[in-house]
Amino acid sequence: MDNGYYAWMIVATAFVLMMTTPALALFYGGMTRTKSVLNIMMMSFVAMGVVGIVFVLWGWSEGWGADGAGNANGQLIANPFHEFGLLHVSSSNFIYVLFQLTFAVITVALISGSIADRVKIGSWVVFCVLWVTLVYLPIAHNIWGGGWFAAHFPNLDYAGGTVVHINAGVAGGVLALVIGRRKGWPRDVGRPHNLTLTMIGAGLLWMGWYGFNVGSIVFTSGSLSSSAKFTAQFQGETGVTFLNTTIATMAAMLAWMLVERIRNGKATSLGAASGVVAGLVAITPSCGSVNTLGALCIGAVAGAVCAVAVGLKYKVGLDDSLDVVGVHLTGGIIGALLIGFFGTLLSPQGLDGLFPSGGGGLFYGGNATLLWHQFLGVVFTIVWCGVLTALIGLAIKHTMGWRITPEAEVEGIDYDQHGESAYDWGTSSGSHVVGASSGSHVAGTSSGSPVVKEGAAP
Amino acid sequence: MTRLVTAIIKPFKLDDVKAALEGLGVQGMTVSEVSGFGRQKGHTEVYRGAEYRVDMVPKVRVEVLTDDHQALDIVESIVKAARTGKIGDGKVWVTSVDHMVRVRTGERDTDAL
Repeated sequence: MDNGYYAWMIVATAFVLMMTTPALALFYGGMTRTKSVLNIMMMSFVAMGVVGIVFVLWGWSEGWGADGAGNANGQLIANPFHEFGLLHVSSSNFIYVLFQLTFAVITVALISGSIADRVKIGSWVVFCVLWVTLVYLPIAHNIWGGGWFAAHFPNLDYAGGTVVHINAGVAGGVLALVIGRRKGWPRDVGRPHNLTLTMIGAGLLWMGWYGFNVGSIVFTSGSLSSSAKFTAQFQGETGVTFLNTTIATMAAMLAWMLVERIRNGKATSLGAASGVVAGLVAITPSCGSVNTLGALCIGAVAGAVCAVAVGLKYKVGLDDSLDVVGVHLTGGIIGALLIGFFGTLLSPQGLDGLFPSGGGGLFYGGNATLLWHQFLGVVFTIVWCGVLTALIGLAIKHTMGWRITPEAEVEGIDYDQHGESAYDWGTSSGSHVVGASSGSHVAGTSSGSPVVKEGAAP
Repeated sequence: MTRLVTAIIKPFKLDDVKAALEGLGVQGMTVSEVSGFGRQKGHTEVYRGAEYRVDMVPKVRVEVLTDDHQALDIVESIVKAARTGKIGDGKVWVTSVDHMVRVRTGERDTDAL
């Protein structure tokens, strides 16, 4: 294996780890209230620990099941025990396993945004184990690992539009429905408590996303046959995916800001941060199958549509607290389906021969086969994830339960679940008690009580 | 007789009020950041398309302990220094103080000023 590529994969894997902790934790943390910021950040950290260990024990085996690659068994799942603990995986292939591990981690962590401020951390731990086992890994196997779906409907998903973003978006929406609204929502939502954290998180996500997208290169058998061909694919393909990821994200950020400027009169920093993420989500499946103009259009569409989509939760009454549906499900669907229009055979995946028969997208001389396969990939993910997430969510609801008490929700989940407060506002509100295990807790904040107008969505 | 003058003013007027009171020879004051609302009400912020009404407006509270004779002069100079003529300029009021002690010396009432 080429040393340059191997070195890049070490870096890319670390980049994607950074996307969960701290980037996503900061992005989400800034959007919650002062009394629940630690809990939402902990949900990302806990997902990292739990999902990462599951992935090493049986996750890789169940999703990929071979030595550093998918086993292409054409079935719905692979055997969770065949490579248990990476039994037959060579250490020189560990980095490819770890790269996939980071994707599983962030997909689960993304879901936490839908159920912020209200669930017991123990229930979240159990959910992480069940969901990654029953939802993420089978879908990853079917789209990427050579499973049943990929064998029947070759589908373009360069870095996880279906597996990561549609998957997380559907799971978030279903869980928000099963678990229910926060107390007082939508009358009292609480505005984001620290948008500088959110801006830092969005910027770090953007940087980490280069590991996510550019690291998702898969070499063709032709490229592996000669050093010159390998270099040609490596350099040619990473250039395109890096460029597409960049320009789509820029376009989405500006498009979201433009929608706000027209609709509300002012472009907001939260809108810019959200637009960045919407663009990154939409270009994730498509960065290897479109050209620069296609990436620009996909980003612009994703930014504008997601800016509108985040308001729908107020119309349907779904407390998807941090808009996992509005950003990740919507952006993921846009990215997956627009490949059917903007996909071109001159793109990296086109040159690699990964397009289904029928040519490129509708705008590039192809017939509807590509769009149809993309559509089926979206439907497959939504159905599998929707049904199984509902079952897992209901099972937890009727056994250990999801919710903290209403009183604890009002006082703040940080103290209830972790015994801590994120910020020490005053010098006189507490005192250190030597040798004692409990102190005095002062809940609430001193400034303002923002109230959202009923039905104030666009 | 000891009086307490309390003023709620716009934060950016604090420097003017402080200078005016020092001009009157006032020896000390207590200043705190407060929030609340009167006729000015709050404002609206928009996050991801959802409107939030922020009811509380940030203000500064200035408290001055004084004697009977100077209380009205202090009120007048605060009003003069804090006025912009626009809504939200705040209020000033005077209350009687029943009893006062200087902590360091134990002096009482007007001796403690």
